[in-house]
Formats: sequence, structure tokens, C-alpha cells
Amino acid sequence: MHRFANPAQFNRLADSVMPWAFSVMVLTLASGLYFALFDSPADYQQGESVRIMYMHVPAAWMGMFVYMVMAVASFTALVWRHPLALIAGKAAAPIGAMFTALALITGALWGKPMWGTYWVWDGRLTSVLVQFFLYLGYMALWQAVEDDEKAGRAASILALVGVVNIPIIKFSVDWWNTLHQPASVMRLDGPTIHSDMLWPLLLVAVGYQAYFVVAFIWRMRLEINLRKLSVMRMNEVAGG
Amino acid sequence: MAAGLKTRKKQRLLVVSIGLTSLIGATLLVLFALGGDSLSLFLQPSEIKARGIEQGKHFRLGGLVESGSFFKEDDGLTYHFIVTDCAASQDVQFKGLLPDLFREGQGVVTEGALNANGVFVASTVLAKHDENYAPPGTLPKSEEQCVHPEAAASTYGTASYLVSG
Repeated sequence: MHRFANPAQFNRLADSVMPWAFSVMVLTLASGLYFALFDSPADYQQGESVRIMYMHVPAAWMGMFVYMVMAVASFTALVWRHPLALIAGKAAAPIGAMFTALALITGALWGKPMWGTYWVWDGRLTSVLVQFFLYLGYMALWQAVEDDEKAGRAASILALVGVVNIPIIKFSVDWWNTLHQPASVMRLDGPTIHSDMLWPLLLVAVGYQAYFVVAFIWRMRLEINLRKLSVMRMNEVAGG
Repeated sequence: MAAGLKTRKKQRLLVVSIGLTSLIGATLLVLFALGGDSLSLFLQPSEIKARGIEQGKHFRLGGLVESGSFFKEDDGLTYHFIVTDCAASQDVQFKGLLPDLFREGQGVVTEGALNANGVFVASTVLAKHDENYAPPGTLPKSEEQCVHPEAAASTYGTASYLVSG
């Protein structure tokens, strides 16, 4: 971890990862979405509506995954005070918020024809909504405090407090009775989803993951450059 | 100076770690102390009797629609079916539009109240779907009439059928 704390080293690593991540993203998203939308079977109960699953499920996974990235970055920032860790958390948040929003929106659009409602306040839906608000809160704290160091510390504490929501999201469908069904893929006794549907789902999931890497690196670079710029401006003013 | 920095980092690591673990521990303990009931979306038929819920009290009832129990009244708008959790069952009456996924042997969540005859009069019916996704005709048919929701998962939830696909 400490090795990547240096921006120059980060840039070198990012340069070598970027083309790979970008190609993986294009290939898996294109093939995954093609299979998901055109070349996979309809469901025995849900018919064609099942295709929403290929966008909904990976988005929900990514919402949680990116949250953990943000939380690890926040932990590193609080304990070891690496400036790059703060930047990583800040860069991850909007991407995670977007994935969570995508999961909520596709879920609602799927819920209406299948369940008969866009929304219910059950354990799963509510805890995912809480995750969305945690992302918004984290981003708002960055904006609300003038001093970046202080803003980052406050936002990092919020991110860590919100980690408790992750197991709640995951196990809400097992602990309580909910309208949302239990897990189909990440379960101990193996997936309950047919292999013809599982492969497109996993392709899209890899594509989302690669998208995250690409967007994450872009956003971190942007933030690093903005900071360089403000240092340069300050030097200019100081220099006269 | 360097040694001082190191101890401060260690101290921060300790404080943040202890803080985080106790927070997560406390939250999970609170959730378990609350019990599943207060955080659950619906009651199951056996819980109605166990709790002695009176007529007219509004609540959500969930369970499986018992096979062979569904029929339509002559007006063509009022539906009758039995919701069961395999331990107990409850007569339900509903007037309105049923969701696409509503069918016998599948889960529903209904909202309403018991009437004087002990029938649950529902104002909304939502369909639950289970965790199985498959093309038509590939899932093994369940032999049993009533499969408890939690047991149903293990009926299909083996990786073995994936090989056949």
C-alpha cells in the first residue's frame, strides 16, 4: 500500500493498467450486453423482463464493492495520513453513488411489472437506499468544509461508520422476511441461476468492474492535477 | 522524531480499529436484539394466531399461494386464495389487479386486515419471486404440494442442475 502512496508511482502504475482496463471494459460490456439483451433465454417465470437483471445485479454488487474501496481508502487516510488515500476515497464516491442509483432505478423499473410495485420499505431496498445516502453524505462533507484536510477527515469518518451497512445489505434478505428474494449467485450452496444466464451476468459484472478501474484512475488523475494546479497558482501569487 | 511519528500512527490505527469494530458490533447487536419481527416486511400465517391479531388491525401477510386454492368470484373481480407457510394457512380475499408473477405455489405479500369471518381482506397483493432463474422447462418440478420458502431454496439451490444446462 505504502508503495503506491507516491503520486509519481501511482501515475506509472495507472499508465500501465489503463489500456488493459479500457480494452477489458469495451470487450466485456459489448459482449455481455449483447448476450444479455439478444442471446440469452427468457426466464420460466419472468419472461423477457429478466433482462433487467443483467444491469441490476452487477450494479448492486458494484455499489457495495466501491463502498468498500472508499472505506479502505478512508481507513488508510485516517491512520497513515496518505494524501493519495484521501484522493482515492474522493474519486471513488461518485462512481459508487452512480452504481447504487443505477441499482435502485433498474430495481424499481423491474419491481413494477414483476412484484406489482416500484418500491417497498423492506430490509434490502431500504438498506441500499441508506447506502446511496451515505455516498451523498460523504460527497457533501467534502464540499461543506473549506479546508481539504479537515473535509477529508470528516468524510472518511462517515465512510467508515457506514461500513456497518454493508453486511446489513448482504444479509437483509436472510435475517428478515423481505419482498426482495434471497441471493442467486453469491450463496454457499452454489448459484440458483441457469448457466446460460449466469455467463452474460458475469460478463457484465466484469465490464462494470473494468469501467470502475477506468473511471477511478481518471478521477484520481483529475484530482491530483487540480491539486498541482492550485499549488502552482499559490506559488505564482507568492512569487509576485 | 521518527519514533514519535510511528507511535502516533500506531495509536491512530488502534483508535480507528477499535472504534470501527465496536461500532459494527454494537449495531449488529442492536439489530439482533430488535429481533427479526420488527424489521420484517410481513407476518406469516402461523404468526397471526401466535400473536392473536384482532380483526380490523392492518398488517402485511406473506407466504406461498396454496396450490389449487385460487378461484374467482362470479363478478370476475374478486379473487380468493389461501396463503400458507406450511405450518398454518390463511384465507385471503382480494378485489383488484393481480401482478404478472402471481401464481399458485409462489410467494405473495399482501396488505390488509382480518374481517369478522377471519378472512384476510387484502387491499394490495404483491408477488414475490424466488431466487431461481432458468429458461422454461429446465428446472426440476417439485413433487411436494407445499414447500416452505426456506426449504424451497435447497430444492433447487444445488449446483448440480447447472451441469445439465
